[in-house]
Parts: sequence; structure tokens; C-alpha cells
Amino acid sequence: MIQAQELSFAYTHREGRPDLLALDGLNLEIEQGSFVAVLGHNGSGKSTLAKQINAILIPTQGRMLTAGMDTAREELRFQIREAAGMVFQNPDNQIVATIVEEDAAFAPENLGLPPEEIRRRVDQALEAVGMAEYKNSGPHMLSGGQKQRVAIAGVLAMAPRIIVLDEPTAMLDPNGRREVMTAVRRLHQEQGITVVLITHHMDEAAQAQRVVVMEDGKVIADGPPRQIFSQTEQMRAAGLGAPQTVEILEALNQEGYDLPIDALTVEECARRLISFLEG
Amino acid sequence: MLKDITLGQYFPVDSPVHRLDARTKLLLSFAYIMVLFLIHGPAAYLLCALAVAGVTALSRIPFKMLLKSLKPIAFLAVFTSVLNMLYTPGQILWQWHFLRITVEGLESAAYMASRIVMLVASTSLLTYSTSPVSLTDAIETLLRPLMKVRVPVHEFAMMMTIALRFIPTLIEETDKIMNAQKARGADFESGNLMRRAKALVPVLTPLFISAFRRADELSVAMECRLYRGGQGRTRMKQLKMGKNDGAAFALALLFALCAFGAGRILP
Repeated sequence: MIQAQELSFAYTHREGRPDLLALDGLNLEIEQGSFVAVLGHNGSGKSTLAKQINAILIPTQGRMLTAGMDTAREELRFQIREAAGMVFQNPDNQIVATIVEEDAAFAPENLGLPPEEIRRRVDQALEAVGMAEYKNSGPHMLSGGQKQRVAIAGVLAMAPRIIVLDEPTAMLDPNGRREVMTAVRRLHQEQGITVVLITHHMDEAAQAQRVVVMEDGKVIADGPPRQIFSQTEQMRAAGLGAPQTVEILEALNQEGYDLPIDALTVEECARRLISFLEG
Repeated sequence: MLKDITLGQYFPVDSPVHRLDARTKLLLSFAYIMVLFLIHGPAAYLLCALAVAGVTALSRIPFKMLLKSLKPIAFLAVFTSVLNMLYTPGQILWQWHFLRITVEGLESAAYMASRIVMLVASTSLLTYSTSPVSLTDAIETLLRPLMKVRVPVHEFAMMMTIALRFIPTLIEETDKIMNAQKARGADFESGNLMRRAKALVPVLTPLFISAFRRADELSVAMECRLYRGGQGRTRMKQLKMGKNDGAAFALALLFALCAFGAGRILP
């Protein structure tokens, strides 16, 4: 579905500063219908990778194939963007229209679909992110989490096979983060959309099926979250921590206890502790 | 203080006026303004006032809302009528040194004030009863003939939509920046005009920078959502003229005829 082959990308013409190699011979394959989190600290190249997927940026070297289409081919760009939707960090800067449902209609309108089909897609998309009851509100009346869900609906109405979310929760409060993550999980589970979640929150990455860890424009670890987060030493070396659940268990182990540390949710962590205390 | 701006404010209720096609409302508002500037005489003005009142009642928009929209122009209305009152030559009623009030002056002051009030009231009715989206759609379709002479009509309409969308966002941001500056001792409320204007510079600079950044991000987001300009674009909500629109045009014509008639018979 998404294939990066020896993908390199350099930012050039940076007003007197030296060129920056953001992606360095990266290889990555993401399957149809999977939920992948791309984790990395600032400057690891994770946002640059996101922008490669729907051809906002084009590889300097190597190839990027999105839904089988080479992003370097200009004539395919429109189809690539239709196949791979993108949600950005700041919800305010993605909403175009003054009314929620008008905004959700923006992409299908650009596709030139007939009005009834647009109406159907808009209603479905708003329903899928739980914003149907706000369809006649103005975006400025909504909370951050609600606005970000509207932005997701706007992409969803395009009926993409892939949705790339570039740090969608970075500007939200804990409630907004939860709302958005619930919506993202539902997209993946109920509609079978391939989800690529760019994030630096461990707890969010832990909700994915697969975690790709990036550093210096390369993939340094790749696997199921349980496996990735158990490698606490390696994660710290990459400038990342571990989910708080793992950290607690690890700290207890350092005090001389012997607990399996790969707990990804609070419930799981609690269960580990309870069974340890009981047994 | 910035929260008082009522520009382009939509008052969403269901009424016959709200259900009219935006193009109808736009055209009739223009026609009304034209009538307003062509008529003479108290009877005709009374008719115009009744028309605004009637449409307001029909639109189920509270009169209070209409008064609120008149507040910002109250000063302008008073100022122009005072000027008219003092500087129209004619039969003198009252005089003190170089100030004098004439019968004709009083008359034209009253006309001027009512003209301004009705002008603003009618345009406010238009924006209160029409959502910004359908208003820009109406402008786009009405101006479409201009595309033949290469006027970028779609782009103008898109710019208007985006401007309307970002007014509340930028107002909120201005408030935030001002509060941040106030917290560090900036003073926006004292001093003469010059000093106050100077105090605004540190507010405007970050506001502009962030507006440009927003524009940049928005354009990328729009491209990601397949925006390619007006070519091949369809709309979810299409403007449709119905029986009601015909009735509105007929009523408006009747009103215009009456207004001109009243203006001529009763000078």
C-alpha cells in the first residue's frame, strides 16, 4: 500500500543555512488496512515522511509508492492525494468553510461529485467522527478536539484508502486527545482504512498495531508496540521514553521486583500489579 | 471590545425570508437601496420603513438584533444629520451667531438620518437571514457572466469565504496577543491617539506573521483536499429559485411602484 524504497529527502534553499538531510535512504512498507504509528523526537524526519506519502514533498532520491503510484509523477498527484488523505497538527488552519458540513463537503466538491453523493458522504463522514449533531455549527464555536474531528471528517469525505495524521493531537488538551484517538481507532476498525499516525506520544503509539521508530531520517526500530516499548534502553537512546505504564513497572523492577514490563494500557498495568500483589 | 463586531453575522432561524434564494435577497436588497435614494417625501419614506419592519417581522429576527446592528452607525447618522441641519440654506427658524437652523435643513436632516438607518437595517437583514456560504455562492453565480472578461469570480468568492471563516479566529488571536502584552505591562488604553496607535504595533506584527503562517498551512491543507480552483468543482447545496422567490420579486415590484407613486403625489 505504501512503499518507501531507499527514500532520501533534503531540504535545500534554507536562506543561508546548510541543506538538511531529513530522510536518509529510508525503507518502509505499510500494508493495506494496518494501523501504524511513526514515533520519533523532533527533527527525526517523521513529519517529512508523512508529507512524502501524499506527494506534498517529492523524494530527492529513491522512490515513494502510495497505493502503487509513484509520487514523483506529476500527472498522478491528484489521484495520490485522493487515495491518501492528510490531517495536520493545527485544526484551525485546515478548516475552510464557515459551517461544519460545508467544510466536510469541500473535498468531494473538488472531486466534482453530484450533490446527492456529496450529501451522503458528508453525513457519513460526520457520523463516523461523532460530529453529526454539530453539522450546522460554526468551527469557531467548537473545542479543539471537535475541530480536529471535523478536519478528519473533511478528509474522510474524500473516501481515501489511507489517512496520514501528522501529530493530530499536539495542540489539544487531554480530553481533545482522547476524542481524536477514539475517532482514529474507529476509522481503522470500522472502515478498514490504513492509518499512519505520526506522533511523539508513547501512549498514542501504543494503540497502533505496529510502531516504527525514526531517528536521523532512518527507521531504527519497527515492530508491534509491546516489543518496541520493552526495549526501554534503546528507546531512551533515541531520545524517546516509554509509556508511563512501562516506566512504572520498570522502576519497580529496579527496586528488586520481577515484573513483566510490557503493559501498554493502564488496565493492563493495574492487572499486572494486582496479580503480583495477590500472588 | 473586539467581540462586538457583528460583521456578516448570521441569525439562524427558520422563516420564509431565510428560505428565499440568496440571489433573490441580494438583488432585492440592492433594489431597495436604490429605491431609498431615488424617492422623495415623507409618505415614501414611511413606506420604506414599513417595508423593512414588515420583512423583519416575517424573518422572525428580533428587532433587538436589528437595533444592535444600528448601534455602530448611530454616530454617523447623528453627525450627518447635524451637518445637514446647519448647512442647508432656506427659511431660518433659529439663529445664534453663525449657527442657524432652517426648515429645509431640518427636513433634509430627517431624510438623511432615516436613509442611513434604513440602509444599514436592510443590509443587516440580508446578512442576518442568509448564511455566509450561500451569500458568497449567490455573489459567485450572479457575477459569473464577468468570467467571460476574465474576472476571477470563483477566486474572489473563495477568498471571501476564507476571510469570513478566519475573522473569529484572528479576533481570538488578537485578544490573546493583547492579553499577553498586557500581562507584561503594555498599556493600550491610555495616552493620546498617537501613543495608542504605537502601542498596537507590537500586536499587529505577531498577528501578521501568524496570519501568513496560517495562510501557508491552509493552502497546503486545501491542496491535500484536492482543491484545483473552480474548474470542475460542484456544490453540495445548490441555489434554487422557487415560487416564494417569484412572490418576493412581485411584492418588491409592487413596493417600488408604491414608493415612487407616493413620492410623486405627496411631495
